[in-house]
Amino acid sequence: MKAPDRVLLAHGGGGHLTRRLVEELFLPALQNPHLATLTDAAVLPEMPPGRPALTTDAFVVDPPVFAGGDIGSLSICGTVNDLAMSGARPLWLTWALILEEGVDGALLETCVRGAARAAEDAGVTVVAGDTKVVPRGKGDRLFAVTAGLGVVPPGRDLSDDHIEPGDVILVSGSIGDHGATVLAHRHDLLASGLKSDCAPLAGLVETLLESGATVRALHDPTRGGVVTVCHEVAGRSGAKVVLEEKAVPIRREVAGVCDLLGLDPLALACEGRALVWVAAEDAERALNAMQSHHLGTGSAIIGRMDAAVSGAPPVVMKTRVGGERPLDLLSGLDLPRIC
Amino acid sequence: MCLAIPMVLVERNEFEGVAEIDGVQRRISVMYVPEAEIGDFVLVHAGYAIGQVDADEAAKTLELLREYSDSMAEL
Amino acid sequence: MAGILDQLREAAEKLERRVTLMEVCGTHTHSVAGAGLRRLMPQKVRLISGPGCPVCVTPVDYLDRALALAAIPENLICTFGDLMRVPSSTVSLEHARAEGARVEVVYSPRDALDIARARPDQKVIFLSVGFETTVPTIAGALAEAEADGVPNFLILPGNKTMPQVMRVLVDDPELDVDGFLLPGHVSVITGWKLFQFLADDFNVSGVVAGFLPTDVAQGVLALVRQAVEGKAEIGNVYGRVVTAEGNTRARELVDRFFQPSDEVWRGFGTVPGSGLGLRPEYDHRNAALIEVTVPPPAEPVGCRCGDVLRGVIDPPECPLFDSGCDPDTPIGACMVSSEGTCAAWYRHERWAEGAGS
Repeated sequence: MKAPDRVLLAHGGGGHLTRRLVEELFLPALQNPHLATLTDAAVLPEMPPGRPALTTDAFVVDPPVFAGGDIGSLSICGTVNDLAMSGARPLWLTWALILEEGVDGALLETCVRGAARAAEDAGVTVVAGDTKVVPRGKGDRLFAVTAGLGVVPPGRDLSDDHIEPGDVILVSGSIGDHGATVLAHRHDLLASGLKSDCAPLAGLVETLLESGATVRALHDPTRGGVVTVCHEVAGRSGAKVVLEEKAVPIRREVAGVCDLLGLDPLALACEGRALVWVAAEDAERALNAMQSHHLGTGSAIIGRMDAAVSGAPPVVMKTRVGGERPLDLLSGLDLPRIC
Repeated sequence: MCLAIPMVLVERNEFEGVAEIDGVQRRISVMYVPEAEIGDFVLVHAGYAIGQVDADEAAKTLELLREYSDSMAEL
Repeated sequence: MAGILDQLREAAEKLERRVTLMEVCGTHTHSVAGAGLRRLMPQKVRLISGPGCPVCVTPVDYLDRALALAAIPENLICTFGDLMRVPSSTVSLEHARAEGARVEVVYSPRDALDIARARPDQKVIFLSVGFETTVPTIAGALAEAEADGVPNFLILPGNKTMPQVMRVLVDDPELDVDGFLLPGHVSVITGWKLFQFLADDFNVSGVVAGFLPTDVAQGVLALVRQAVEGKAEIGNVYGRVVTAEGNTRARELVDRFFQPSDEVWRGFGTVPGSGLGLRPEYDHRNAALIEVTVPPPAEPVGCRCGDVLRGVIDPPECPLFDSGCDPDTPIGACMVSSEGTCAAWYRHERWAEGAGS
């Protein structure tokens, strides 16, 4: 495997340098017969039985390499997780990069390796790719764009429509790790114990679904965090979300970053966590199943659904001091504040 | 106003220092807390330590917090 | 906490009438809302918010000037995140950045100074807002800039101090404040004795409190007890960081760079002596002296931020509240900052029954 010293415009030109980039970096890293054919499209084997699920994602993270991952692993995991949250078994991914002229070859290699490792961990194949290069100043080092194809096995149907009052909410681990890691980097905070939770969740989801627990819906709290997902769910299900502040797992370093910058951990992105809505009687079974998987050892029950009350807030949090506060959606970016 | 948090001083070099909370560290100015020593708690606002936290009083607060959180757990 | 709330309930029962307690600190507004405390207060205790959010009391003119400066290519505006989304007479800094202005958010004024060092070709202008807690951090950055000879670091002065506006509040016939929850971190710098005039000159009580729910509850309890006993004294339940004298060293450095000035507070007009301007020997660091064309300040029609900030009305009484003005599309400054009274109300209180009346 060999990356160029530096990315040049010509690497995206379609000629000699492009070919070398593909043959010397992408192919060896991503290693699979589909990609190796280098045809215009990947013609895939027949789909397993069930309904196809398709997703697309774009990734623009700053910094492109962070504790616990990079834009490569992030883009693969993000795509896999979108499919997994829909109950689909992820199968095939596409991976396209937009590179900025002048990007350091070592950085590119790190991200390509990151993607390759993530794909292997997730058990998915990157079957098609593309590379473009934009002039210096017109891109922020690397952008990644993906598509993911999976299959929802027959009989499986996850949807917020199924959620009803009384259902229990679980999370597969501590929240805000990814968001806090990226923000710490941007604001010069040092936290050696902090790293992104970036991980592919398909395996955890299968373990959970195979347990027989009646899972209504799954969501990964990426951009906008837990609070954004809860609002979406409240909106679609027509029921009210009630979270318990003391039950939500938060790493102390994430709390520290939030305290310093004046942010709310519930609003920070997670890239390897699942929020699970399950029928109340199956809550324990779901929890045990999740905890049995290596990516779910920190799973916890964090709340429940209640009947919605007209004129009342759709998402609330029972605070540590016995009060109750509505959780509102973010308006715009979370910026560090002094006030 | 104003967001200021108690942090432990883990490094000090004249007017410069490093403070830590919950495993997260940041460089800060300690120009306004000349008596603060490593291991002391300082109140940090916008990158500056603006005062020291009295250990005895802080302990009382922690006790109060623990009391209520225990009583809340019983509810 | 259950203990303190019980004590508070007991004390409030002895009150002859409802008492109105005002907090004048955006972080208190945030703590109260964030812990859902208002609902836990006894009926006879009414907690209202005053002009404690420095973003909210910053006049439109300041933002207009900041935007005009941002439009000049050699200038780079550095600001605390709090100001980014505040509407000016035209657009916010966030919008201006999207249109190409150089605007950067910083956590500390020292970060702005670092940017000035790294970009000698740019004039770095730090938007200096905040109360007594924050001014020492700006004075610190100015001192470093002077000592290290960094010529391209300037500030646009906009800092304010509390006591003068509090005098206006207690003098206001429309308001009837029985006691103040005094700002915890301002007091770290100033010392709680600064507020003695409330008791001595106006017979109004004040208690310095911290920001944990238990701190706020303790502060309210102390104020209610004073009301029951007919006392008007200045107390301090934030003893772990607040002393009578405060941080003398910090005040000395502030004094080196700043002098009292007459400052406009949104909703109050000019409050004499309530601002901090740069001393003339630091004209070279004063971005207010840069000639720019600023539109005549335009307060949005119907906006009652001023009355909200004075504590005269609650947010829902403003005609624009939740009908054009909300955290996504703020019209007035009270809605932008998460500590703004209107934003806090919108997020946390508008659901509560019987709140605020």
